[in-house]
Amino acid sequence: MRSSLDELYQEVILDHNRRPRNFRTIAPASHHANGHNPLCGDRLSLYVQVEAGVIADVAFQGSGCAISKASASLMTDAVKGHSIEDAHGLFLRFHRMVTTSADEAIEDMGKLSVLAGVREFPMRVKCASLAWHTLEAALSYTPEISTE
Amino acid sequence: MTTGAGTREAVSGLRTERTAPPAFDVQKIRNDFPILRRRVHGHPLVYLDNAATTQKPQAVIDALTRYYTESNANVHRGVHHLSEVATIAYDAARTTVRTFFNAASDREIVFTRNATESINLVANAFARPLLQAGDEILISAMEHHSNIVPWQLVCAERGARLRVAPMDDRGELILDAFAALLNERTCLVAITHMSNALGTVNPIADIVRLAHAADIPVLVDGSQAAYHMAVDVQALGVDFYAATGHKIYGPTGIGVLYGREALLEKMPPFLGGGDMIASVTFERSTWNVLPYKFEAGTPHIEGAIGLGAAIEYVSGVGFDAIVDHERDLLEYGTRVLEAVPGVRLVGTAPAKASILSFVMDGIHPHDVGTIVDREGVAIRTGHHCAQPVMDRLGVPATARASMAMYNTREELDALGTALRKVQGIFA
Repeated sequence: MRSSLDELYQEVILDHNRRPRNFRTIAPASHHANGHNPLCGDRLSLYVQVEAGVIADVAFQGSGCAISKASASLMTDAVKGHSIEDAHGLFLRFHRMVTTSADEAIEDMGKLSVLAGVREFPMRVKCASLAWHTLEAALSYTPEISTE
Repeated sequence: MTTGAGTREAVSGLRTERTAPPAFDVQKIRNDFPILRRRVHGHPLVYLDNAATTQKPQAVIDALTRYYTESNANVHRGVHHLSEVATIAYDAARTTVRTFFNAASDREIVFTRNATESINLVANAFARPLLQAGDEILISAMEHHSNIVPWQLVCAERGARLRVAPMDDRGELILDAFAALLNERTCLVAITHMSNALGTVNPIADIVRLAHAADIPVLVDGSQAAYHMAVDVQALGVDFYAATGHKIYGPTGIGVLYGREALLEKMPPFLGGGDMIASVTFERSTWNVLPYKFEAGTPHIEGAIGLGAAIEYVSGVGFDAIVDHERDLLEYGTRVLEAVPGVRLVGTAPAKASILSFVMDGIHPHDVGTIVDREGVAIRTGHHCAQPVMDRLGVPATARASMAMYNTREELDALGTALRKVQGIFA
């Protein structure tokens, strides 16, 4: 059986940490927000280009741990091409996945499921959800958010 | 570890007429701390987060239990027996603290919640009435947020200016630059004795000499220093010294402010309420004598008693032995970390104590912290409530292993092994 540590730091996550996708800026972007986790100092700038209600492009920059970086990278891949409503729905499902207690069943979220292991590490849930909260902020025109 | 100072002295023939102090036996110390017997994630606990809080010896736990079992009552109020017993114990704890810091009088020892409250007390009751627009308060680049924010608040209110003495890349205070910042507008120097993020120990006696030459009082944040070295407030010459009990192996929620009596005497109260008054009418109230003027409301009685027990424990071990042992740990731990490829120490000032702050190439400190935790090794990761220190040294965060008297070389080896595991995962 894989240990919860191996589950957390599995190859997909390490790969997205090493080579984050969409790790760039979009200028100008129709939506932008900065996310900050004051507890650990993680900072993330998120750029979203929305066209006709659809996320045409999304990118991020910033510094953070492997979990927050991989989560941001996976998120950009997951929401690109989706409507704002769909992205919001994904946020809610993702949030449920990482906050459901470890002994309960969770839905399969495809590639995003690699982050389900964070449930075993309550101190790290905010690392995984920072990018998603920042996306919600950007889409609602909130320029700065902080997860405390 | 068994060849302590006493053995060396005997061998070298020095001071043979004196009874050699008992050799420092770390295992005996560890046995006094019950939590150190527990396991975490299937491994023996390796507790290296002492700069955040230290563990408590059985003597402290027993003192708290005994207080609630045998003598709980409010202090300075009742005429009944229990109140008398509690009051005597509470005041005795103050005397223990006074002796520990070598203050001249119990009146100079104010119990607070923590060092943060001690600093806020001085900011509000000393600095605020004194500060005029354009005045300055001088701090250093290595302060904890608790020795930055209270001054920012009071400076903003009074139109005063907060100035910052710089440090170099190793995390050492640049004393010449500090001296150059002292001027006729400087109302107070507020500086840490020992950096919580880097371990740097500041030359407090020199700082006080420079400031006093310009008639500027000095507050020292002793949160980190007070459990690593003997602190003599009179020898240092400081005007205020802030400390917190939970880092001196005592309970949380109890802090200390040492203040020079002449200064405390002139200061208005910080908080109003019961116990801090001499008399109250609706027209006016008068203040109790020192130190009670600064202790409004029912105090943290068991906290003070627990802190007294902690200080007696520390004094029983003795700082000669503690300093020797922790110096060995710092040197050994430095070598352990330097031997792990990709590890870089942050904070390498020549004068430092008991803290190893570090970063690993391409691996964020939080990932380091999570992985070593699964090996039973508890370290702190993040900015350590010292964001300006991180900014100055160009790192977003560090991992920090911080030692106390009960740590061992073997535990530092366990940290080294755990860090190699981190590298294995990220390789």
